[in-house]
Order: sequence, then structure tokens, then C-alpha cells
Amino acid sequence: MKAAIRKIAVFVEETHSEMDRKVDPPARRAAAVAVIQNPFAGKYVDDLSDLMTIGEELGELLATRAVSALGIPGNTVESYGKAAAVGENGELEHAAAILHPKLGTPVRRVLGKGAALIPSSKKRGGLGVVLDIPLGHKDAAFVRSHFDGMEVRLNDAPRANEIMVAVAVTDSGRPLPRVGGLTKDQIKGEDGLR
Amino acid sequence: MPDVQIRKRLTVVEEIFHEGGPVATTPLKRAAALAIIHNPYAGKYVSDIASFMDDLKPLGLGMAQALVAALGGNPKNIEGYGKGAIVGSAGELEHGALWHVPGGYAMREILGDAKAIVASTKKVGGPGTRLDVPITHINASYVRSHFDAMEVGLNDAPRADEILLALVMTTGPRVHARVGGLKASEIKGEDGLR
Repeated sequence: MKAAIRKIAVFVEETHSEMDRKVDPPARRAAAVAVIQNPFAGKYVDDLSDLMTIGEELGELLATRAVSALGIPGNTVESYGKAAAVGENGELEHAAAILHPKLGTPVRRVLGKGAALIPSSKKRGGLGVVLDIPLGHKDAAFVRSHFDGMEVRLNDAPRANEIMVAVAVTDSGRPLPRVGGLTKDQIKGEDGLR
Repeated sequence: MPDVQIRKRLTVVEEIFHEGGPVATTPLKRAAALAIIHNPYAGKYVSDIASFMDDLKPLGLGMAQALVAALGGNPKNIEGYGKGAIVGSAGELEHGALWHVPGGYAMREILGDAKAIVASTKKVGGPGTRLDVPITHINASYVRSHFDAMEVGLNDAPRADEILLALVMTTGPRVHARVGGLKASEIKGEDGLR
């Protein structure tokens, strides 16, 4: 593996109720986060292809970890998202190289499908920086009940020469969705949008 | 007796491969189980609160079991533990103290014959408050390699009338432990201290 991983963390959140109203079954989401060394920390490097390969490796690893933490088959995942935080000696473009060119394909392989764009966010930050991973339905980006976000952070990452990379998956949308829009039973699933 | 009403659960598993030194042959794992419950005493002074400790026992056992499962399923692999609570703003610190008995004894029961007192911390705080849960060896508090801590928290908890309850377990010493002191191999295991 090209990625030098210092640490992996997996988070599983279950929401059982909101405003005393039961959420049944509970809405569940999981995020897997890897803390890796940034091979290009501290210098400007033109060719970022090593980070793209690292993105491909982490796409498979993190999607597998997150899905297995939910304990469901990959094809029953409903929404997903990804994010990265670059330590202070790196540049935002390093996060882009990990997230955008190659990370998505292995994620979709783990999930069986995934016609929609994987929503993403990125930033540069210090130890304990908060990543808000945007979430959207994996087959139809316009499904309104599944627009969401999941916050993750690790107190000891990213160090200056590190990058934190996260993939999140869910088995449901928001806990008690009721703002209309396209619903998941109306998905055509052809163009990734509706 | 008030019911225990759970709004949300969170499980976090960290897998630590190295921290700048040699890569561990067996990575250290730390896991935390969090439950966000309604505080039945929020907003008022209630003199007699101790009975709620009994109500919390099944929750403690469930969380301890979930932690062992998250760390591979074998209680024999658990070497460190700790517990903590964050009380929402409409509650008092004493409500956090309700967690000592059900949280601590649950872990000791699940782990068989754990002898050491369960390290703990607590505070009052708003949503997003972080808690550094202290960790010590399960059979001998003085084992220096196992003094550790895990930071936990949730962006949307605890709300004013909630309590965040946390249990933490680890599978071994700090990843590069090397400051001497009592070793795990030297434990007498009689008094829970050495």
C-alpha cells in the first residue's frame, strides 16, 4: 500500500429519537477516517499522482470499514459522502488529489452502485480540526430526505505533515424527514440526479 | 423510577499503528461507547436521585458488551478502561456521578475479574463539549504503560436536558510506551493497584 497510515478511526452514530418522537428503526450512519502521512508536505510538487493512488486505496479501505461498521450489505447503503483535512504543511490541492480522481470508483464497487456524485468537502487545519462530511443519496443526488452531514474529528490529527481522509455511509436519511422534494421511492437512478 | 430514554448512540473505534516510531505488530485499539439519554432531573433540584443508578444498569451492560464486540469480541483482549459523563446545562454535576456504579460495574462484570477502580471524569457542558476520558489498566491502576485517555464528544449533545454517558476500553499500552514504571507483566492483581 502506498498510503502510510498512522491511525484509523471508525464512528457509528444511531439516532433513536428526536423531540421525544421515536425514530424506528434508528437512523444510522458510519464514518471511517484514516490519518496518513502527506508525502508532499512542506514543498510544492507538480505531479500529485501518488496521492491519487492513495485515494484509490483509501476509497476501498474506508468504504469497507464504514459499511462493515453498519453491519449491512454494501448495496443497502442509502447515502454517502467524503472529506479530507490537510495538515498545515500541505496544500488544499493535496486533498483534491486524494478525493476526486480515483477514490470514488472503489467506493462504488463496495456499494454495488452509486450513480450520484459523492458529495465532498475539504480544508486545511490543525490538530482537532472538525470535518463536516456532506451526505447525499448514492443513486439520486436530489433525494431531499438524504441531504445531511456528519461531523467527525480526532484530537491528535492531522499533524502538520499528515492528511485526514474520511468516507461516510448511512442506512437512512435524516431521522424524521418532512420537507418534501424527491423521495427515495421515486428514484429512477439513471443519471445520478433523480 | 424514571425510564432511561436514549436519543442517540455513538461508537468510536480507533486503531493506532504508530505515532512516529516503529509500526506496532499489533495495532493498539481504543473504543468508546456513548449514549445520549434524557436527564430526568433536569431543571430542578431533586434530593433523592440514587435510584436512577439501578435504572442505568442495563444500559451500562449493553454499552460494555458493545465495546467488547467493537474490539473483536474477546473480553480477554481488553487491558484498559475508563468512563465519563457530560451533563447538559439544565442538570448538575451530581447527575453525572450517577454513572459511577452502573458504568463501572458493567465493565467489570463483562470483563470477568477486573480488579482496578475504573478511572473516570465528568463535567457540565453544552452540545459539542469534549471529554477526555481517562484510561488505566483493568487489574492494576499503577501500570504506567496503560495510563491513557480518549477524547470523545458529539456535536449535537448533550442538549440542556440530556446526559452524555461514556465507556471506554483499550486493547493494550500506549503505542510507543517507554517511560518505565510498573509493567503489565509484573501485576500481582490482589489490590487493584499493583
